[in-house]
Amino acid sequence: MTDPSTREAVPRQRHGLAESVEAASLAIPFRLKVAVVWAVIFGLLAFAFFRSGFDVAWMVDKAPAILKGVWVTILFSVIAITAATILAMLGALGRISKNPIAYGVSGFYTSFFRGTPLIVQLFLWYLALPQLAIGLLPEPYASWFIWPAQVAGVVGIAFNYGAYMTEIFRSGIEAVPHGQTEAADALGMSSGQRMRRIILPQAIRIVIPPTGNEFIAMIKDTALIGLLGTTILWADPFRMAQLTGKADFRNLEALIVAALVYWGLTGIFSFFQRKLEQRMSKGYVRTAVKAG
Amino acid sequence: MTPPVVSVSGLHKRFGDLEVLKGIDMDIDAGEVVVVFGRSGSGKSTFLRCINFLEDPDQGTVEVAGISVSAGLPTRRRRREIRKLRTHCGMVFQQFNLFPQMTVLDNVMEAPLRVKGENASEVRERAIQLLDDVGLADKADQHPIRLSGGQQQRVAIARALAMRPEVMLFDEPTSALDPELIHEVLAVMKRLADAHSTTMIVVTHEMGFAREVANRMCFFHDGVILEQGTPDQMFNSPEQPETRRFLEAVI
Repeated sequence: MTDPSTREAVPRQRHGLAESVEAASLAIPFRLKVAVVWAVIFGLLAFAFFRSGFDVAWMVDKAPAILKGVWVTILFSVIAITAATILAMLGALGRISKNPIAYGVSGFYTSFFRGTPLIVQLFLWYLALPQLAIGLLPEPYASWFIWPAQVAGVVGIAFNYGAYMTEIFRSGIEAVPHGQTEAADALGMSSGQRMRRIILPQAIRIVIPPTGNEFIAMIKDTALIGLLGTTILWADPFRMAQLTGKADFRNLEALIVAALVYWGLTGIFSFFQRKLEQRMSKGYVRTAVKAG
Repeated sequence: MTPPVVSVSGLHKRFGDLEVLKGIDMDIDAGEVVVVFGRSGSGKSTFLRCINFLEDPDQGTVEVAGISVSAGLPTRRRRREIRKLRTHCGMVFQQFNLFPQMTVLDNVMEAPLRVKGENASEVRERAIQLLDDVGLADKADQHPIRLSGGQQQRVAIARALAMRPEVMLFDEPTSALDPELIHEVLAVMKRLADAHSTTMIVVTHEMGFAREVANRMCFFHDGVILEQGTPDQMFNSPEQPETRRFLEAVI
């Protein structure tokens, strides 16, 4: 029944139009077809925009001002990502700790910051913390906790994402096979050496993909800081687009530019993340992956 | 009389309601090769893992190379003593447990460098020598994933030996290996016993190895050492019916 000559003979006999179309279609590479789909989507969008009176000249004119906000996004993102990573490392060590204080504090941290909306947390840092500080502390200490929108925003994003990343790091540490712990113990390593030399290097490989996703989400969520009402000096692309677009009623043009800025940023980030993942797979795949 | 290298007394261990070890006593002299055998669930692996406190016993004392640790709470002081004891025990696992992020050479060098703080160039020299001894000098710069199971286990043996332990503990070292790879690991172990007179405690089902290499065989049954003796005694005239039944079943 599985004689290849008989199987091949069947389609050759019936030579209808449908078959030739299918054969021609199969000859086109999948990626090329996907590229065509993307082109069609862009074409349709462009058509819709221009029919609605999309003002390219205005966009070209204002784009540089909006684009300048990308430095604010990058600055906010770098600080928030760094702070969140530190918080998450501390949090993860707390979650796996046998110390009841460390375990309890980190448990409260992840529960609260993962269990409440980010936007609420941002306003808590921005508006509620000053009230608490003023109610509790004498001057000048109280005013230490009255922060500008960009500080409250970055702190808020760092604490929120740090909580999610705590759980990612914890699960990454716990995903390292128990045999590795036993091997390190049997060699006489201290628990600190075991963590630094054996467990963490392996856990990092496990957590890079989900952590990269968190970083991308953070880059995008820095746009929320604008909602706290940052000054024009500290305006990210979204805030800048709001300010410029609203003035001329060119919201579509302005917001599209802002969206493209974030899209570009996250695209660049994803590219480097993929490269890093390939490098880190060394020692885990039999066939060496050559980067590039 | 030199004191024994390993001295175990009154060892008890329970997992929940199940008492796995019901009072084990054993002295092992320098250069002795002890094969521990018995059914699965007899407590033989738990016994081995209690010697370097990978399992914490509920009662009893273990002494290795003059360092004595008794059952007790994991206080800071006791944990430090356990770590010290462990540096005198080389352990080889069923699943090899090499560190995948390190090269073969780094696996072997890790503990002497980090735990003992030895001189790097001396450690490197010794590590290369050990890899040569187990026939894997040419794999030094590879990552473990590139090696066969038998090769990985030989690296694991070299890694354990790099600490210059007083005793080597083997926990079913060939049970995870494909049949054709078993003998290369056993050959390395045999050479350790013969050429280097390494003190060894081996939990294994390889009765051929036991007959050839062991000085003493201990039959574990229901958490006690039911019977022990030379391979000749055990294979030819076991006293306990349980021992006879087990040996008949596995040979």
